[in-house]
Amino acid sequence: MSVDTATVAKIASLARIKVSEAEIAAMVPELNGILAWVEQLGEVDVSGVEPMTAVIENHLRLRADVIDADPLTGGGVRDAVLANAPAAEHGFFAVPKVIE
Amino acid sequence: MTNLTELGVAAIRDGVADGSFTALEVAEAFNANVAAAAALNAFIVATPEAALDAARATDARRAAGQPLGKMGGVPIGMKDLFATKGVQTTAASHILEGFKPEYESTVSAKLWDAGAGMLGKLNLDQFAMGSSNETSYFGNVISPWRRSDGGNAPLAPGGSSGGSSAAVAARLAPAATGTDTGGSIRQPAAFTGISGIKPTYGRCSRWGIVAFASSLDQAGPMARDVTDCAIMLEAMAGFDPKDATSLDMAVPEWEANLSGDLRGKKVGIPREYRMDGTDADVLASWDQGIAWLKDAGVEVVDVSLPHTKYALPAYYIIAPAEASSNLARYDGVRYGLRDLPEGANLQDMYAATRADGFGAEVKRRIMIGTYVLSAGFYDAYYTQAQKVRTLIAQDFRNAFTLCDVILAPTTPTAAFGLGDMVSDPLAMYLNDVFAVPASLAGLPAMSVPAGLNREGLPLGLQIVGKPFDEQGVLNAGLAIEQRAAFSAKPERWW
Repeated sequence: MSVDTATVAKIASLARIKVSEAEIAAMVPELNGILAWVEQLGEVDVSGVEPMTAVIENHLRLRADVIDADPLTGGGVRDAVLANAPAAEHGFFAVPKVIE
Repeated sequence: MTNLTELGVAAIRDGVADGSFTALEVAEAFNANVAAAAALNAFIVATPEAALDAARATDARRAAGQPLGKMGGVPIGMKDLFATKGVQTTAASHILEGFKPEYESTVSAKLWDAGAGMLGKLNLDQFAMGSSNETSYFGNVISPWRRSDGGNAPLAPGGSSGGSSAAVAARLAPAATGTDTGGSIRQPAAFTGISGIKPTYGRCSRWGIVAFASSLDQAGPMARDVTDCAIMLEAMAGFDPKDATSLDMAVPEWEANLSGDLRGKKVGIPREYRMDGTDADVLASWDQGIAWLKDAGVEVVDVSLPHTKYALPAYYIIAPAEASSNLARYDGVRYGLRDLPEGANLQDMYAATRADGFGAEVKRRIMIGTYVLSAGFYDAYYTQAQKVRTLIAQDFRNAFTLCDVILAPTTPTAAFGLGDMVSDPLAMYLNDVFAVPASLAGLPAMSVPAGLNREGLPLGLQIVGKPFDEQGVLNAGLAIEQRAAFSAKPERWW
């Protein structure tokens, strides 16, 4: 499989990365080179093989059902959450208007 | 007086503890070396005051007769992928420039609790994506090493932990943190003549480490020798409920149990790693490593890892796929850069911010990852790669029924020149050919210096162990270290 300019434009849109036509033109051969190389995986017989889900056996833990058991990751830290926001107003993240 | 910056972790810890020198003297000496090494560009931010404060605290504890901790009095470099409270954390990206975390990563917090101090935040490949430290928004790290031909061609310190490797090799820090997703501790360690270990996946908490590929990312120490790595890994490792994949296991006493006596052990030599294109000096160093381990008492066995050639292509689907998902969080809303063109709506802002904030290699990997996860291609690429990953892990399990550890080169070549590979992403990716399989299988793996090649550049040997057997890896590393007696260091030009 290979990608063309329309596909690269679509991927960039899905990835929310603005790209110029010149950048797309440069990316097409680069991505095709990489995709052609990874396609050798198709040679591998994977019949009956399960896809990897956990590289080291582990069990999924549940945390104790306690509010703010770990104060660091609990609630009530609004100012810390907003501290690095490019724009924060009235205790919220601010973004351009999304409803006309 | 002792030249304090020639000392490693153990020597500093012990010297501070027995009063041979103070932690403050050590911190001042390393701060001076950091300040004098701007030409290497190893640090994005230096934090001399943090190093001095930690040193003063250690000296005060000693005066009060209190325990100093596993890393008491040892100043270290912190890869700028670890969130450090109040200190800019960028992942070497423009999109996180100016980001000052409100919290401390688990691993860095453990190191400070163990008595270490921070010399600064180390440069790296942007979001840890690269093998030469040429993708950093803050410029290339220059290796302190130069070829012995008298030329001054700037060489790559390896990547992604290139600031870490350069800083330790150049004696700007006795040790540094690294992270390894597909070789990012081992390959730079090999390029710069130092040691580094990636532990079993889950040993070190990922909480507070800027995420690249979460099923692969592991932190580990980079230092001048195996003992120093063992000490620092003890301080970094341990269960953390804040990381869902953290191993709920006690941290072994790796340092106390170090032994270079390998009698009764078996070392596997993977036949598929004898690849075309591998440098003759690298192959010779591998043979030398086999001889050293035989001398340490091992039995050498031939093993097969038949899916080795598929590890890199599987990695370059899985890692970008995870990265495209992890890096979706950089949206110009919660932290970091925002690019809001005049009249732009929310979607335009996302796209403009990410176009401006990510470098070319990061964009390339996000694009690949987005493509392989997109509707219609997911099974052909991503599911297939995860099945191949299962087979690669199975290869190692089979091999470890025949041997205790595996010995291989760390890299197919010694350090290459800056700029030599940038025009060909695939050629760059291939430099991790020996490192990536152990990453995909989550196994502990380390690189130790083996010697110099014909150009006077360091070569590393890699030891891969069974899950949770960091001790076996460190012991084999120590046996090599004792025989290699590697003492070369870069001649100071910076």
